[in-house]
Formats: sequence, C-alpha cells, structure tokens
Amino acid sequence: MKTLQEGKNPLFMDPDPDQAREFFQKKQRAMTDKRMTEKEAVEKFIPDGCYLAIGGFGANRIPTAILHEILRARRKNLGFLGHTSTHDFQLLCAGHCLKKIDIAYIIGLEARGLSPNARRVMESGEIEVCEWTNYALCVRLRAAAEGVSFGIARNMLGTDTLKMSGAKVIECPFTGKKFVALPAIWPDVAAIHVHEADIYGNCHIRGISVADLELARAAKRVIITAERLVDSYAIRINPTRTVIPFYLVDAVVEVPFGSYPGNMAYEYFSDEAHLSQWLTTEKDPAEFQLFLNKYIYDVSSFEEYLELCGGIKKLKELRRLEALVDR
Amino acid sequence: MEPGYNKIEMMICTAARFLEDGKTVAVGTGAPCAAAMLAQKVNAPNLVIIFEAGGLAPLLPQMPISVGDSRTFFRGIMAAGMNEMMTTCCRGLVDYAFLGGAQIDKFGNINSTVIGDYHKPKVRFPGSGGANDFASFCWQTLVITVQNKTRFVEKVDFITSPGYLTGPGEREKAGLPAGSGPYKIITNLAVMGFDPETREMMIESIHQGVELIDVLENSSFKPIIPEKTSITPPPSERELQILRREVDPNRYIIGRQ
Repeated sequence: MKTLQEGKNPLFMDPDPDQAREFFQKKQRAMTDKRMTEKEAVEKFIPDGCYLAIGGFGANRIPTAILHEILRARRKNLGFLGHTSTHDFQLLCAGHCLKKIDIAYIIGLEARGLSPNARRVMESGEIEVCEWTNYALCVRLRAAAEGVSFGIARNMLGTDTLKMSGAKVIECPFTGKKFVALPAIWPDVAAIHVHEADIYGNCHIRGISVADLELARAAKRVIITAERLVDSYAIRINPTRTVIPFYLVDAVVEVPFGSYPGNMAYEYFSDEAHLSQWLTTEKDPAEFQLFLNKYIYDVSSFEEYLELCGGIKKLKELRRLEALVDR
Repeated sequence: MEPGYNKIEMMICTAARFLEDGKTVAVGTGAPCAAAMLAQKVNAPNLVIIFEAGGLAPLLPQMPISVGDSRTFFRGIMAAGMNEMMTTCCRGLVDYAFLGGAQIDKFGNINSTVIGDYHKPKVRFPGSGGANDFASFCWQTLVITVQNKTRFVEKVDFITSPGYLTGPGEREKAGLPAGSGPYKIITNLAVMGFDPETREMMIESIHQGVELIDVLENSSFKPIIPEKTSITPPPSERELQILRREVDPNRYIIGRQ
C-alpha cells in the first residue's frame, strides 16, 4: 500500500495491536466486586504521565468526580484524548495536568463561549498537540477495539488538520482512491460516567453513547462512575441493554449526580449558571485560583462540591429542567 | 430606520430557509443549531437533524447548548453514537453540513483552529470538532458567519475544514468524495454562493439596508459580483417570534454582539 502524504505530528501511543493483545491477555476477567472511591480509582489507575481518555461529550455525561480527583491528586504530564472536550478539558487545564494531547475540539464550551484559562494554557505552548477530528478519534478507538493497527476514513483530506495530525494518506489497493489511515490508539485508562452499573462493572447507558462503546473497548483500564448501582439481576434480566460488560472494567465508583455541572440525559440538565461562572472567573487568573481552591482543592469530596453548588435544591431544579416540567 | 431585528437574527432566519423539508442536515454547535431548529419549526417540519454525538431527528424543545446534550435526541428517532452518525454522513446519506467558523476564504475553506502561525498562535480556537468530517462527507456545506475583513480572507491561516481547497477539481484530487462542497455562506450582510466554473465565492443576495460596498469593504478578497443581485428577504414576524420565544429564549446566540 502506497503512502501518499503524512501528517507532521508524532503519535503519542504505539499503534501495534500485539502490544495491546499482550496487555489484554493478562487483564483480569474474573467477575469481582470492583467498587472503590474516586480517590482510590485515581490513585490506582491514573498515575502521573499516563494517557487518559474521558467519556461522554464535554459537558454531557462526564465523570466529573474523577476529573476533580485528578486535580486534587495534582496529577501531571498526562496524555489526553479528547474528541469534543469542553468542561473536562477546562478542568484538566485548570490543574495544568496535561502534557501531550490528541484532540479535535478544545478550549470552547460550545454555545457557552471559550474558556479563557484553557486558551492561556494552550497559547503558552506547555502542551504538545496533535490535531484530529471527532470522527478521526472515533475511528482510532474503533480500530483499537478491533485489534488492528489503523482504521480508514475519507476525512481530513486536503486540509491543514491532516498536516498537523499523525495520519497518513494511502492509496486503496482495490480502487486506487485516496483514503486516510488513522492509527489505532489504546489509552492507558478511560473514565466513563454511566447511568447504572452493577458492582462488577456491567453498565447501562441511556440516550446517546457518543464514542464510549469504542472507548471502553480500546482503553487498557476503564474506570466507571455510575449515577446508581444496581443489583446484578437488573443486568441479567435485560442483557440487551448492557453496553459495557464487566471484563472491560477495572473500577466502579458510585457517584450520584456525577456528571454535574454537566448534563446527564433523563436525569438532570447542565448547571448553566455555574458553567458561566467558570468562564467569567477564568478571565482573572488570581480570582480563578481562589475559585479553584473553593470548588476543588479545598473540597474533600464530590458530595461536598455538590453541596457548595447549591445541594439538593439546585439538583432538583436541574432535574426539573431536564424533564422540561415547567415548560 | 433601525430594523426590528439584529444581524444575528437576520443570519439565522436567512440560513433556516435554505434547509429544505425532507432533507438531512448535520449541524455544528451554536448558530447552526438555532437555524436548524427554526427551520424545523417554520419551513421544514420533516427536516432530519443529525448530531455528531449520536442524536437523530429530535423534535427539538429548545436550541441545544451542546451538540451532545439531551435535547439533541428529545423525542428523537434514535439515540446512537458518533460512529453511527458519522458513518451515515460517510455513506452519502446526509444532504447538508451546517457549520460556523472563525475564518473563511474565497473557496469556502474554513479555519476554526488558529489565527497566526500554528506553532505560535496569536489565537487558538477549538479546532475541527466534527466540522472537518461534515464538510468532507456531506453533499452541500452551509456556513453561517459574521463577515468582516479579518474573517473573510484571501487565504485562511489554517484549513480546518475543506471548502473547494485551491479551486475546481481540488477536492476530488485530494480524495474527497466527488460532487460535494460548499453551497451557501450566510453572513450578516449577504448570502454568497459559489461560481460553478471557478469555485469562487459569489454574491447572491444582499440583505435589506446593506449596500454592495458594505459587502465588499467587509471582505479581504473580492467575491464575484453577478450582473444582478437580489435583496435577501428580511425575517418575518413569525420567524422572529419563534426564534426569540422558542429557539433561543436565553439569547445564547441571538444576544451575541
């Protein structure tokens, strides 16, 4: 197969499937109780310098408790995979946790505007970046999940996004047409927030799955945070609904309202006032530091953060918004 | 006399009218979401709106703040994932890509990544997200963007998402699907199309109260001026009402300066 063009940026992870297979051969398959706290999960599975991927979509169904714990544990030099990463990226930039990133969408919080702090961090050059697109990252995870070294797509062609990626343009051996070869990526660890999980890590997700089914199958380690724990019978009575089976999962953390201040489909809407406060406060680095101390560093748990942000009263309001009760 | 609407409202109402009923559209975040929802409420009730995070054909109760929030599959046909939605675009089933952008050039190439040198950027923007994917796979790309000299440039600092690249035949040469490409650019001043021969941007209609000179002075390149340009019809009362009351009551988009 002929290589016609190459992206300039380096690959942060080796796309060799046999290395991944070697890891997965040793991965524990026993159906054991994997419950732990978010603190234990970060301690155990997210060391300094590891390559992390976050599930959900920026400020939708994100594992906020794990992200906060990464900041509190002062993790540094992390690799990061982010398709559309918004509040998750904003948090990791706030903690200066990142070193090298494969990204498609950063800095912005979609219709809410841009994060001044994430922008400062990105413009400072402290992070090494490799450009991709949302679908390109999805294909990379899918290739990893398939156990092959690359996936094929028809995006990025002709653009600078391709030039600043680590992709290669190849000639199809059947048609002679050009395609983009996207290298498989096996993140060291993924954190994914779901609606329901049992103690073994069998998961239900309601609504869109984004790229989490591919991510859970590509990542070497998976940390699940769940809105609620359910009895295993709730899984076995309806196996059609299982989207992540237990043997992919290494940690199960019960975190009600775990995607706050993001949205959790069918549960609660995003806290737009709080997210807006983030964007406003970030304009002044000194004020932002106090804000981070107040909401993250001086806080001992995710429950305490929820209390600080308005507790059950606020959460009830967000549940009503999600359900469009007062419309 | 000041018109009874602002320039963002004008852009959104105009853009919405280009989305035909019964077609499929993949929408980017922000203004395109608002325009797609307005189209669904006004002129295209059977418009199939596709969101990259997995939402398919919702009956939007309000403008999504994120293209992955729960409104994107509210009373939808399917709540799938990114792979499902993107591969649907790859197969040629999606008519329109509907995007925003920071910078655009005369061939409709979009920059949403950096202003200035890539390695030492003056400004870093979010990047492609799903925009490059949609602009590569969907048949026709519509872009909604405010027009001025720094946004409408001869050459974009970085091609995030492909337009006609450097001219006729270049998309195909690069390997992008044949027959796809930029369709309409809707700005605060005018609607632009593309010359079928040269693939350069061409003025189609100028908004009410705007002069040709305003359109030219707010662009660093000279778009093709046809012999006759029409006036873009202004938003109707009904469009404005739905836009303000139902689509964007919090003024996320229409309240921007």
